[in-house]
Amino acid sequence: MFGRLTIEALPLYSAIAAGGAAVTVGGALLVAIVITWLGAWRYLWTDWLTSVDHKRIGVMYIVLALIMLLRGFVDAIMMRAQQAMALNSGGYLPPEHFDQIFSSHGTIMIFFMAMPFMTGLINIIVPLQIGTRDVAFPFLNSLSLWLTASGAGLVMLSLVIGKFSTAGWTGYPPYSGVEANPGVGVDYWIWAILISGVGSTLSGINFIVTILKRRAPGMTLMRMTPFVWTALCASVLMAFAFPALTVACGLLALDRTFGMHFFTNAHGGNMMNYPNLFWIWGHPEVYILILPAFGIFSEVVSTFSRKRLFGYESLVYATAAIAILSFTVWLHHFFTMGSSANVNAFFGITTMIIAVPTGVKVFNWLLTMYRGRIDFHPSMMWTIGFMVTFVIGGMTGVLLAIPSADFLMHNTTFLVAHFHNMIIPGVLFGYLAGYMYWFPKAFGFALDRKWGLASFWCWMIGFYLAFMPLYLLGFKGMPRRMEQYNDPSWQPYLMVAASGAFVVLLGIAAMVMQLYVSVRDRKKTADVTGDPFDGRTLEWATSSPPPAYNFAVLPEVRDREAFLDMKERGVERQRPAAYEDIHMPRNSMVGVAMGAFAFAFGFAMIWHIWWLAAACGLAMWVAMIARSSDDDAEFRISAAEVKQIEDARFRALGSQAGRRA
Amino acid sequence: MVIAAALLAGACDLRRSAVLDPKGPIALAERDLLFDAFFVMMLVVVPVIVLTLAFAWRYRASNTKAAYAPKWAESLRLDAFVWLVPAVIVIAVAVLVWRSTHKLDPYRPIDAAVPPLEVQVVAQDWKWLFIYPDQGIAVVNQLAFPSGRPVSLRITSDTVMNSFYVPQLAGQIYAMAGMQTRLQLLADQPGKFVGRNSMYSGGGFSDQFFEVLSLGPADFDVWVAKARQAPAKLDAPTYTALTAKSRLHPITYYSAVEPRLFDSIIAKYTHAHHAPAAGTPVGAAPRR
Amino acid sequence: MSAAVTAHESEAAATHEQRAFGFWLYLMGDAVIFALLFATYVIMVKNTAGGPGGKDLFDLRNAGIETALLLVSSTTFGLASLCSKTGNRGAVLAWLLVTFVLGAGFVFLELREFAGMIRIGAGPDRSGFLSAFFTLVGTHGLHVSVGLTWILILCGQVMLKGLSVPVTSRLFRLGLFWHFLDIAWVGIFSIVYLPGLL
Repeated sequence: MFGRLTIEALPLYSAIAAGGAAVTVGGALLVAIVITWLGAWRYLWTDWLTSVDHKRIGVMYIVLALIMLLRGFVDAIMMRAQQAMALNSGGYLPPEHFDQIFSSHGTIMIFFMAMPFMTGLINIIVPLQIGTRDVAFPFLNSLSLWLTASGAGLVMLSLVIGKFSTAGWTGYPPYSGVEANPGVGVDYWIWAILISGVGSTLSGINFIVTILKRRAPGMTLMRMTPFVWTALCASVLMAFAFPALTVACGLLALDRTFGMHFFTNAHGGNMMNYPNLFWIWGHPEVYILILPAFGIFSEVVSTFSRKRLFGYESLVYATAAIAILSFTVWLHHFFTMGSSANVNAFFGITTMIIAVPTGVKVFNWLLTMYRGRIDFHPSMMWTIGFMVTFVIGGMTGVLLAIPSADFLMHNTTFLVAHFHNMIIPGVLFGYLAGYMYWFPKAFGFALDRKWGLASFWCWMIGFYLAFMPLYLLGFKGMPRRMEQYNDPSWQPYLMVAASGAFVVLLGIAAMVMQLYVSVRDRKKTADVTGDPFDGRTLEWATSSPPPAYNFAVLPEVRDREAFLDMKERGVERQRPAAYEDIHMPRNSMVGVAMGAFAFAFGFAMIWHIWWLAAACGLAMWVAMIARSSDDDAEFRISAAEVKQIEDARFRALGSQAGRRA
Repeated sequence: MVIAAALLAGACDLRRSAVLDPKGPIALAERDLLFDAFFVMMLVVVPVIVLTLAFAWRYRASNTKAAYAPKWAESLRLDAFVWLVPAVIVIAVAVLVWRSTHKLDPYRPIDAAVPPLEVQVVAQDWKWLFIYPDQGIAVVNQLAFPSGRPVSLRITSDTVMNSFYVPQLAGQIYAMAGMQTRLQLLADQPGKFVGRNSMYSGGGFSDQFFEVLSLGPADFDVWVAKARQAPAKLDAPTYTALTAKSRLHPITYYSAVEPRLFDSIIAKYTHAHHAPAAGTPVGAAPRR
Repeated sequence: MSAAVTAHESEAAATHEQRAFGFWLYLMGDAVIFALLFATYVIMVKNTAGGPGGKDLFDLRNAGIETALLLVSSTTFGLASLCSKTGNRGAVLAWLLVTFVLGAGFVFLELREFAGMIRIGAGPDRSGFLSAFFTLVGTHGLHVSVGLTWILILCGQVMLKGLSVPVTSRLFRLGLFWHFLDIAWVGIFSIVYLPGLL
């Protein structure tokens, strides 16, 4: 009846694991109680969970990302504390627990923090920047969100029922195979990734069509903002790289669930195929995450230097080049698997070639700052911090791309330091810059600057303290993923690294404070103009937050900096003689329902509850058919309603203008 | 003052760290490669960091004396510069990569007057077995060889994927069941080093290290003689017992080894009718 | 009034174009899945682990009939598409049903082949080769089965709603899907069955 699910699945094997479960369950309960107390369930359901509005979906993605950032960071600080203590002793975590933590940390940070953060920012901003009313497939957008959320839900559930994988975020077989790991951990990992991976593939398709088919009149490809360009390239990578992850994890699931032999030691399995499949997705994934961040840095550096972006065309070509090259380098993740010198050298060199367009971008940002008027807004600080730190990570990346040098440094903490050096400044700093930059657009009031700067400095200092020692430990030959060690000369470095994690904790606390202070003072920092930073691109042309339809009249684009151009021509506040009816997609509960079915389906596959899996599979199928047969998924906002909303906005603008003058 | 002292102590400590203090030509060449690439990359890294900070300071909004060119966004000359400079650096490093990757190919025997010592390596949960086919001995968790003589390793796994790693002598390569990978190493001087598995392989992973002994030629003969006097012999049942999971397995010597044990460990995972004649490499190894 | 209608029509055309483009992208992603499964099959074709290989298992006659069924079904689907342009509802339904019968025949033959192999102990858990075979061919078969249910659903829509704009738009995308499966099958026939027997 319940497959392999028994009462023993509860995490009573250690006090810490039970505590983690209690915090998870308690947190969920607390949220539910607060919502009930506020009587907000109906509002939440009709206005948010079933919404197909790209802005709300984007906000929900980012809420998910920030929650998962907290969870992933708890994992991180637990690991740093363990390694700081575990000289010649077991520290405070047994291996089976420590191993789950490093696996869930990586899985969460990549799939359920970075991916939703990026997808959320693209969702909120891209339709505004290209001057359209919604994405091409609004329902699919909601479905993608809920598939991602159900994957994240499975990872969280593994804290409470059963265990998570111990095979790391890459899940290499045969260790992740059923012989070495018969439990449910790896299955949790597989199904969380498979389900959310489908969501990411659909998001990729959705954004490609949106960007290529729904741009405002006059917006040629070469007038798109750098963020839209990077979002487009990242979406292409999402649509075509995620299928490789689906294949890798799918075949692993077939091995584990149906006794097949794709990656097993014996019976004709070929374990070397797995790293190939995984990294055919995995390397493009790095650029899926990093390209949109590059786009954000480009927007931020131009806005806060009060200057046109330098070398726009170079930047576009560099982005496209990176996207294409990202498919040609995957083997550098396993130079040490015994490929021939020719193969290793080839992939080493292709890897370095990617450094060229990346270098071009850095120089372009530098030259944008040159002869600018730089405002040190937190977003700009994240950008400067990124530029200074990212080049160090790029340098160590080139070192690792030399196959023979990689033989020395592979699998050590040097590698860990390198990719954190790319992902934290390159990805997370970018998203945080975007978060602080576009927050007023999404909510109508700005984030507090002081706490934003405090957060930046803590993250920056904490990053250096946490990861520079790991580079040095790599020189000492310390492998990654050590639960304990016997070399006393490692410990001082690990203690410094742990102290860095605590400084980052302060940075996160500052972010929470920033949010609190900003919400409290939202009246004071309200953004009535819709354009708080003297912006250059179309998202600033509408109100903050934008109305459901974004633009009452679709804007005419005449320049790359479309909104700045309007302001210079003095037409940014022009109103049409008459408004027209606007058709918008109707909200739908099918997305959230399908997410729930997918969650239950994944749970059933993990625990071998076949009847439940079949029932949920069927339910998803029926829901999909019902939705796809629906011919009437839109509703109409009448011209009168549009006029009413716009009148209110212009009244507010008028009083604001009066006050300013 | 305290910080300076700590940094100094750290620097001294680092100079002795495994990767930066190699004890054989392979690891030395690999480290020098790291250094060369590091210095080449500094040509980009240092200017970028300095210019970022300098521009940020010089063009701060409050400095109204600095030039301001809000519309300046194109320069063919600078475009060419930003594409060509990284390209030239990458071409230089690419040449370095192509040459070094072939020279330091772990399958390529080390050039030396003496023939290499053959050692077969088997990764197990969570220990390492070293078989000396020419000496007819085997040892768990200790790899000994004469200094100055190349050592040619054939590596496989009798469990999940491992990575055989000796940072001071040879770097690393994966150990995979049913396959054989290779690594060459050479120690210039007698000494004692640490080797380990660097790829996570389960609960006992942290303890999966072994002792690497580079001995004077005479000492190596003594070491072999000692092993030959060990009471235990590595026959098939003893081997099977050894494959059971264990942590911190003590160094154990075997005075005799089942013939072609290494090949049979690989053949276990490939298939019977593919079993090779003596001496040929086995299985779907990435390369022979 | 007429201006509003044209606006609505152009909006519908734009919607159709976006959906068709999105569906193309989906098919290209699906092609990546097939490409990787093909690659996996090719590297595992020799990993029979002492079990039966393609020569022992494949029946060219069966694969030939499967190929014929699927190719003809592509043609009949094409005829259904043509009829939908002229608005001939009955003919569309008839060709769709013929397509369905041919596709169902294909799935039946494939399932019979699978069952026969499993019966003699050559199931997907026998060897790496067979895992790759069942997964590649089975993934295609699963796609065909999805296509079959989709055909039935669209038959229902044609009956109930007629050849409305949304229905013909769906029919167009189903056509893309069906022809795509044809191409994938040609790959399977020439990479799996033919070399397996030669």
